[in-house]
Amino acid sequence: MPEDPATSSGGCEVIELSFVVNGEPVTLSSDVRVSLAEILRRDLRLTGTHLGCEHGSCGACTVIVDGLAVRSCLMLAAQAQGADVETVEGLARGDELDDLQAAFREHHALQCGFCTSGFLMSLTARLREGPVVSEFQAREALSGNICRCTGYVGLVDAVLSLAADSGKEPLK
Amino acid sequence: MKPAPFRYHLPATLQEALELLAELGDDAKVLAGGQSLLPMLGYRLTAPAHLVDIGGLSELRGWELDEAGLRIRAMARQREVELDPDIGLRFPILHAAIAHVAHAQIRNRGTVCGSVAHADPAAELPATMVALGATMVLERSGGRREVPAADFFQFHFTTAIETGELLTEVRIPSPRSGSTGTFLEISHRKGDFALVGVAATVVADGDRVAAARIVCAGVAPTPFVAVAAEQAVVGRVLDDATLLVAQYCASEGMSPTDDFHAEGAYRRQVAGVLVRRSLDVIRSQQGALSA
Amino acid sequence: MSQVETTATRHVGTSMRRREDHRLLIGAGKFLDDLDFGACYEAAVLRSPYPSARIRSIAVERARQAPGVVAVFTAADLGPILQDLPPKVTHPSLNRQPRYPIAVDAVRYVGEPVAVAVASNRWLAEDALELIEVDYDLRPGVGSTASALAEGAPLVHEASDTNVAVHIVQQSGDPDAALRTAPHVLRDTFVITRGGGHSMEGRAVAARYDRAASQLTVWDATQTPHYVRHMLAALYGMTEDEIRLIAPADIGGGFGPKAQFYGEEALIPWIAMHLGATVKWIEDRWESFISSTMERSQTHRMEIGFDDDGRILVLKDVFEHDQGAYCVGLQVPTITMSTLPGPYKIPNIHSELIACYTNMVPTSSLRGAGRPQAVAATERMVDRIAEHLGLEPSEVRRRNLIQADEFPYAVGLRFRDGSPLTYDSGDYPALLDGALERIDVPAFRTEQAIARREGRFLGLGIGMFVEGSGLGPFEGARVRLTNAGRILVTLAASPQGQGYETVYAQLAADAIGVDIEHVEVRHGDTSTIPFGQGTFASRVTATAGPAVHEACLRLRAELLAAGAVALGVDPDDVTLGGSSVSVAWAPERTVTLQDLAAVSNMGRHGMSVDPRMPVAIEATAYFKPLRAVYTSGIYAAVVDVDVETGMVEVVRSVLGHDCGVVLNPMIVDGQMYGAFAHGIGNALYEEAAYDEDGQPLATSYLDYPLPTAMEVPRPELFHVVSPSPLNSLGVKGAGEGGLIPVPAAIANAVEDALRPFGGRVNRLPLTPARVLAAIQGTTRQ
Repeated sequence: MPEDPATSSGGCEVIELSFVVNGEPVTLSSDVRVSLAEILRRDLRLTGTHLGCEHGSCGACTVIVDGLAVRSCLMLAAQAQGADVETVEGLARGDELDDLQAAFREHHALQCGFCTSGFLMSLTARLREGPVVSEFQAREALSGNICRCTGYVGLVDAVLSLAADSGKEPLK
Repeated sequence: MKPAPFRYHLPATLQEALELLAELGDDAKVLAGGQSLLPMLGYRLTAPAHLVDIGGLSELRGWELDEAGLRIRAMARQREVELDPDIGLRFPILHAAIAHVAHAQIRNRGTVCGSVAHADPAAELPATMVALGATMVLERSGGRREVPAADFFQFHFTTAIETGELLTEVRIPSPRSGSTGTFLEISHRKGDFALVGVAATVVADGDRVAAARIVCAGVAPTPFVAVAAEQAVVGRVLDDATLLVAQYCASEGMSPTDDFHAEGAYRRQVAGVLVRRSLDVIRSQQGALSA
Repeated sequence: MSQVETTATRHVGTSMRRREDHRLLIGAGKFLDDLDFGACYEAAVLRSPYPSARIRSIAVERARQAPGVVAVFTAADLGPILQDLPPKVTHPSLNRQPRYPIAVDAVRYVGEPVAVAVASNRWLAEDALELIEVDYDLRPGVGSTASALAEGAPLVHEASDTNVAVHIVQQSGDPDAALRTAPHVLRDTFVITRGGGHSMEGRAVAARYDRAASQLTVWDATQTPHYVRHMLAALYGMTEDEIRLIAPADIGGGFGPKAQFYGEEALIPWIAMHLGATVKWIEDRWESFISSTMERSQTHRMEIGFDDDGRILVLKDVFEHDQGAYCVGLQVPTITMSTLPGPYKIPNIHSELIACYTNMVPTSSLRGAGRPQAVAATERMVDRIAEHLGLEPSEVRRRNLIQADEFPYAVGLRFRDGSPLTYDSGDYPALLDGALERIDVPAFRTEQAIARREGRFLGLGIGMFVEGSGLGPFEGARVRLTNAGRILVTLAASPQGQGYETVYAQLAADAIGVDIEHVEVRHGDTSTIPFGQGTFASRVTATAGPAVHEACLRLRAELLAAGAVALGVDPDDVTLGGSSVSVAWAPERTVTLQDLAAVSNMGRHGMSVDPRMPVAIEATAYFKPLRAVYTSGIYAAVVDVDVETGMVEVVRSVLGHDCGVVLNPMIVDGQMYGAFAHGIGNALYEEAAYDEDGQPLATSYLDYPLPTAMEVPRPELFHVVSPSPLNSLGVKGAGEGGLIPVPAAIANAVEDALRPFGGRVNRLPLTPARVLAAIQGTTRQ
């Protein structure tokens, strides 16, 4: 019978890895040739992180490692040793969407949804650096991820709505 | 797109890393940021038997910025260098060039030294290093040498790094006073490799150009020094006529090949245009030169 | 802020937020490779590295011995399923050449499957591929239609004496005579190169066979689940009931390539049956570049005859279409043939297709499907008429448009669905006016003149189109009262991001008159609805839409009848609302849908029911359109061309669209924006380049620039609403219109900008190098 896919690749050296994912420490053994994306998806069953190109261009696999948005397809799991990893599964509080996720829904920033988690993670990291207030800034913040469905209009609007909302807040 | 098997090494000290590289020889590749290496492994364009991950070497992190200049160590990430305000102030050309390298998500992992060592002819940082007169520090077990950027890049994806050597540092000398520079690029999309890029630095002496270094990316197997354009501006005021002369002689000696993105003729012509435009940017930055 | 789903009776026409979004936003989407199949083998496919070669031998023994490998298959092991896969759309004169699921004795494109390795995981399967030794006898390849048609060209299929796959001519009027007598005739050649679909999720197939139940279950990230099931049943000699084809709830974009049938879809389920295990194959991006069908490559030689006022008298177009190595279907070029006349009254038309086999990935439908190419020929010539006569391009269009009172309008050709090309409804002058209200042409001309004096080169370009959409043969919907008293709408077609779960709930809630919270929509599983076609050709709204509507009306009648019996009143005396049926004049007398389900759908064991009581409350409807409906639109672009570098910046975009009645404006606008972005890619960036032998040159996103948020401007949208008379909802397709006019309009705009140089841009996409070559009067291929 086939092995469960949540195992290492085989044919390669295996190492022990410990890191933190969405606040939870994890320890597992991994083949050294497996990417962080594959460990998240296969071993940890965090399948919200998607592989769109496996060469660092599409951004679907973007996660946050030690506070920085990175391509999880271009990082060996071994390189995440001791790291703090955040994935799309860590954004919502229970069933309640965070502000960025809610803005995506409100502004129709997703269609097929395959690239969505990468956008969310890129933007989450970017918004921690400071607000995005102009359309140009929004487009620059989006430019490391590819979406084939939306033409980016809803994505730009979603990002800008957060700045607009935070600007409005003091008035209330 | 899964890498072929390899053995993974995570040395704890530079010495250990250098010994590993000496021992493993051509069977090993160095893994730093991995942003060029991992795609090549995935496409199985390369299948080294060993990867030596230098990411654990604290002595290779960060950089030194002092009177003498900037020493960027092997694990300094592009994005860290880009965001450092002091580096931006002292080396605006470096800041401008890094901003053209892919996207923030790549620059968060990719290293300056890694891009230099990868030596993609269409990459921004090799040309920039030549323009800045950088020196590459190559270490091996029991040895160390320094190679000027101009001699470092030898061919497409080929450098002076020999088997067993590690590029541990890029040294950029402090710019002379009155010096300024910029990096301009034409690419299909923002973040793509350059169809043509130009890294230009100019040292002003009063209203005249005392020295210039103009280097093009994407037009030759290695960074192309536009000697004729440099000669055209040295000793001169950067007036429109001088800029035009620089534009039209920039491609002297340049023979870019055709590929499906653009013909060589396109690259020659646009290199000239970007040389003129970069000099225009420089003269607007450096008030004295625009007199 | 956030629009909450309400019980208001009218949902159609509102921008209801999508039900799909929540799971996708929290990372809980159900894309094929996200599904937990438990223990599962993974397959990797060895692909031809050569455009054309005979296979002398394949040695797989070493691969079979490799760690973790359970099996390696080549054509030699697959006898029963080595059958010719029929084209999806064919033609009596097609020079049909066999296409097998895997290469038998020759390879005809780089990427063609040669062997499949199955292992415990993908890493080991890829390791095994490196151990397979194939002895190839190389043959010269054909890398373009021009070389396919050249004298003495190598033959893509040696069994044929020609590379021509099909040659079709359609005519109306007397085009040759009209060309002889027209006061003005212009000719030019326009080339559109290859581009790909590039859904962010690639193709994917998984399968397992349950021997006890004689059931083959196949998961396939496909646009057309029923089509795949038919193909598999025919190939394997099984009945359709023995195969359950599931298109997962979430598919990461389709855009056409996922509506085709591929070798891998034939191989993986067969291998799963053979091994008695679950097997999956996930297309990676490199495979996508070299094996998913592409489109666009055509060369148009167009002649257009017109009078002194710019009225078009005759259009003649002879075009070469690159079919690729095999004919997967003829839908694309046949759609091109009938898209050429567009929104114009053209009395004499000659439309001639020469489709060629080449040694490249087979071509098939891709968002727009043959239409952008036709528009990129005709609309370019309309601008040339304006240039020739010194008229505004918008004025030439105005003089030739079919008027709003001229529908139905018979063009005089046939559409690819076999029906006469008869436009059902539209208001093309309103589209033109809408664009010109937003872009003030005289003001632009002044701005353009001033800019030119400053060395800036601005250009204005327009593209208009008419798009046959909502194609047959039929589409179905099944609506059922569940035991829990909810309404379950089941669609055959599988969405690729279009929000079916939301839109069809809107439609169903309105038609039945229930609270939308009680409506659920599922799709893409052949075990839940026996017949269907799928998602392609902007057809689902216009086919499944009316089907859902009809089924829901029938279900409503059943619910009212059941409620009346339960409440002991006349059917005319009950109303349906929320989740219950009530007596109209005594609203406190009410029965819930759940209670009705208990009686009508479950019943009591062995007990008789009231003879008036409807049982098994469900309704299935199939809508078969009489013929296609015709969406239309316009795109007007202002560009700024850097004449020193050839870089084009699109500074203004107005996109007008008429898809009839709009069910969910937010979703329709989203379709526009997405299609528009793809159009920008085709206009300026995307080219799946090949060398002259057929070797692909762009096999990563470093070489194939998919546009990002920095490249795609925000278009200003407007809608004209001409309801279709051909379906009950008045709807037309909306998925492709935002793309179709974009390459043509941008090319027109660039040429307008370059008019002082007389530059011609006849080859798409308009890369910086091509634009600069146009300025310098040299032609870049």
